[in-house]
Amino acid sequence: MTDATVVTPRAAAPEPAAIARLASPRPRAFELFVWLLPAAAYFLFPDHLALGVTIMTYAVAVLGLDLVLGYAGIVSLGHAAFFGIGAYTAGLLAVHGWREPLSGLLAAGAVALVAGFVSSFLVVRGKDLTRLMVTLGIGLVVYEIANQASAVTGGVDGLSGIGMDPILGLFAFDFYGRTAWWYAYAVCLAVFVYLRFVVSSPYGLSLAAIREGSARMPALGASVDGRLRIAFTFSAGIAGIAGGLLAQTTQFVGVDALSVTRAADFLVMLVLGGSGRLYGALIGTALFMIAREYLADLNPVYWEFWMGAMLMAAVLFARGGIVGALFRLPALRGRFGRGSR
Amino acid sequence: MIRRSFLAGCTAIATLAAMPSAGPAAAAADTVKVGVLLPLSGPFSQYGRQMQNGIALFLKQHGTSVAGKTIELVVKDDGGIAPDRARRAVQDLIVRDKVDVLAGFTFTASAMAAAPMAKEARKAMIVMNASSSGITAASPYMIRVGQTLPQITEPAGRYAAGQGFRSIYTVVADVTAGHDAEAAFIRGVEAGGGKVSGSLRVPAQNPDFAPFVQRIKDAKPDAVFAWLPPGEAAIGFIKEFDQRGLAAQGITMLGTGDLTDELTIMQTGDAGLGVVTTGHYSMAHPSAMNTEFVASYLADYPQDKWPNFLSVSAYDGMAALYLGLEKTGGDASGPALAGALAGASFESPRGPIRIDAATRDIVQTVYVRKVERVGERLMNVEIHEFPESRDTAAAH
Amino acid sequence: MNALPGLLFDGLAYGSLLFLVSIGLSITMGLMNFINLAHGAFAMIGGYASVWFSHRFGMPFLATLPLAFAVAGLAGLIAERVLFRHLYRASHLDQVLFTVGFVFSSIAAATYLFGSAQQSVSLPAALQGQVQVMGVDLGRYRLFLIGAVVVLSAGLGLLMTRTRFGAQVRAAVDNRDAAEGLGLNVGLVFSLCFGLGTGMAGLGGALGVEVLGLDPGFALKYMVYFLLVVVVGGAGTLSGPLVASMLLGVCDVAGKYYLPQAGAFIIYVLMIVLLLAFPKGLGLGRPSLSRLPLSILVRRRA
Repeated sequence: MTDATVVTPRAAAPEPAAIARLASPRPRAFELFVWLLPAAAYFLFPDHLALGVTIMTYAVAVLGLDLVLGYAGIVSLGHAAFFGIGAYTAGLLAVHGWREPLSGLLAAGAVALVAGFVSSFLVVRGKDLTRLMVTLGIGLVVYEIANQASAVTGGVDGLSGIGMDPILGLFAFDFYGRTAWWYAYAVCLAVFVYLRFVVSSPYGLSLAAIREGSARMPALGASVDGRLRIAFTFSAGIAGIAGGLLAQTTQFVGVDALSVTRAADFLVMLVLGGSGRLYGALIGTALFMIAREYLADLNPVYWEFWMGAMLMAAVLFARGGIVGALFRLPALRGRFGRGSR
Repeated sequence: MIRRSFLAGCTAIATLAAMPSAGPAAAAADTVKVGVLLPLSGPFSQYGRQMQNGIALFLKQHGTSVAGKTIELVVKDDGGIAPDRARRAVQDLIVRDKVDVLAGFTFTASAMAAAPMAKEARKAMIVMNASSSGITAASPYMIRVGQTLPQITEPAGRYAAGQGFRSIYTVVADVTAGHDAEAAFIRGVEAGGGKVSGSLRVPAQNPDFAPFVQRIKDAKPDAVFAWLPPGEAAIGFIKEFDQRGLAAQGITMLGTGDLTDELTIMQTGDAGLGVVTTGHYSMAHPSAMNTEFVASYLADYPQDKWPNFLSVSAYDGMAALYLGLEKTGGDASGPALAGALAGASFESPRGPIRIDAATRDIVQTVYVRKVERVGERLMNVEIHEFPESRDTAAAH
Repeated sequence: MNALPGLLFDGLAYGSLLFLVSIGLSITMGLMNFINLAHGAFAMIGGYASVWFSHRFGMPFLATLPLAFAVAGLAGLIAERVLFRHLYRASHLDQVLFTVGFVFSSIAAATYLFGSAQQSVSLPAALQGQVQVMGVDLGRYRLFLIGAVVVLSAGLGLLMTRTRFGAQVRAAVDNRDAAEGLGLNVGLVFSLCFGLGTGMAGLGGALGVEVLGLDPGFALKYMVYFLLVVVVGGAGTLSGPLVASMLLGVCDVAGKYYLPQAGAFIIYVLMIVLLLAFPKGLGLGRPSLSRLPLSILVRRRA
């Protein structure tokens, strides 16, 4: 675990000015505005809190996926496994009497982290398609294990009876999802800030360097596999936190939380928003979920047609995801381009 | 310090936000809004389709007004077995659409994820298909009109025990429902004094049944009980069973009604002949009400071919709602409807059914049926019945 | 009675099925380096074409097979000219997103056109039941599938190695710019190649209906299997997916027979092990045992 220390940000370390400018974790003014948007949505659309909670929950998982796909360049179709492991951890803890939410959430992240660490040895080998299939295989195996252990997990019928204590002993989860909303918002913001520090640390920059050309990194004396394994492990932990959040806010865990469909959804959300950019993960998740909800309400039977059309149009007209396309606009590139990665 | 003031700020904001939407206001006094949750897209959209047809058929036959109220539907898609989507949809139905009654619920996971919300909001939940045992305990306002898995499975075991089979095998999909079916069947066989000689669990998604069917063939039992997810798994198993000549070898296939539902045997063709299943609805059920139901269904939904247990359960769910509203004089609140329907009994296309007074669960006749050719079509012809069947696992 | 010969046969037949439904993907994804997750959608088009022609016009099953190839191939050709052509130079992730979108839309379109019910084909009597050869019961349709693999893989092999079109494809794939410089109409070659891949997908889909069933979810449901065969085998080769599908088929069938409890895991675990041992695929790579997970235990980090 000595490598893990690399992750901690070293803001005080002397760095060339160019690098500092490229990758500063310091927030800029427009970012505060961006983070006020969901808060505004809370007041403007008080009837859509449930959707808001779901978006922010998935956004956490997609942020985790972004670390491994967007920054480390590993295509993972197995992140639902860690998401589901986190969900079952938090859910089972609550069902068996441990109803304190924050520690439950941390436990969810920790168990997923361990699972991610074990899997990371299989994942870092091979290239794109191989990694995609290996992560997919891990996801399928974990799904089957949870499915067959229906006495513990509830299997397809799901795990119900998850009751939560008030957060910090103060804020009880309510019917409308108000507490859940602020809880999810806080977790999402915390994960975002954490990842912001990670990706702008020397370690985060070395991940980008590996993604751009892994052959050169060993020449610089960097262990490629080790760094990728750390990225995968932490990414899995974050997905686990997202899963824990899902279990705690919906008070239910279904085996579908582990499904390949869920993993594919995460991937689609990230690519739609723009991988390699933390805001891409957030915007992609929000856009995907809002579009799905809106289209499914419009036409509950054939909404998938329009969803598919939207994804295809996004690729044809916004190559590199929504955020990627935005940053290619000349007006924006000049102003906000720096540090977008 | 900073954290504390941030949290205090959050509370203040949360209290403010609570003001404008101070609770689901009651819908207009003369309408009853029914939120219907069905899988209309995704791998189980066929289920949703059948159920939607059943609901529409009932409304067409009985009109949209009952006990001085007008019935208004809000239909939502849960996309299949996706409990978090189901829960969100139900929350939206209650908070945003302000429905009075919830209905649908094709899968246990959806029903169980929604139950705490329905309980807190005191909304009646008419469960039309979700069939795991004992789920009505999750909310005092939940009423089940479909079937329960042990209810239709245990009679298969008791019937098998009475047929003089020397050895019986079970094959179930390795999912919760499969495990439950296996247990209920074995319980039924043992209650009838028989014994199950071997059990096989197969993956739910399994493109090729050859190795499992071959295993059964080599074990040479007298009968095989199967529970498999409807769709390509059930069809694939029945076809492979036939192709390998197990029926010709004298092995009887037993199952629950969903193994040979009307849509499945339409696809298996003659391979389905002779399969014996226990279930609550057959299109061939001889009653005037069913004859009329089938005729109207075929006339209105020719593209969806034949009605099956899902259409009937949805039809009956609406019948239960109308009956309940008549009894309460139009009061659609959860406690009133659940109270009115507990112990109620009425006639369905499947035969007489009753809602248990204590558990609000379905009590009905379970029929033993055999797939036979009737005219042009394959039909589940009823050959024996187990009246007053209950959700046995919950009773234990 | 010895179960082994029968299991071997069933395994080869299952492998044949996997090969037939996946080989089109080896062409579009492997050869053309286009991450084509829409493969299942074209297989579904072929399946529906076969069912539609036989139900609507009463055509026999075998006669619908060429039509399934033609319809899916044509659909692929049109889709390539209109849509996919723009994506050859896009990133793999954009290709994934686009083809996933295509699958979503095609599922809804299939539901709209054909309903969400399962469809089935009616096999001729000659392809039903079993025939006994040297004391082993062989399914007739399974024999037919194995025969189809022999014919199709020989045909595809000849097409790619012995014909002018094959040479053009190989040239265009190896070095697009050089091929264009030599006056080759690379755009047309790619379109035809894509059409061939989707046509094969359609043929595989039609042949698979009897075993896999057919409903609008087909496009998505079996995607894992298509990818599995092509990636384990090595994208872009013919022999790789052939070896991979036979190996996976035999192991899966034998595993499910002898260890039914582990039935759901066998194919996935085998996939992971094969991918780690042959990261470039069975068709291209030499075994690299040092890549097996166990080697972590014995090898020191550099």
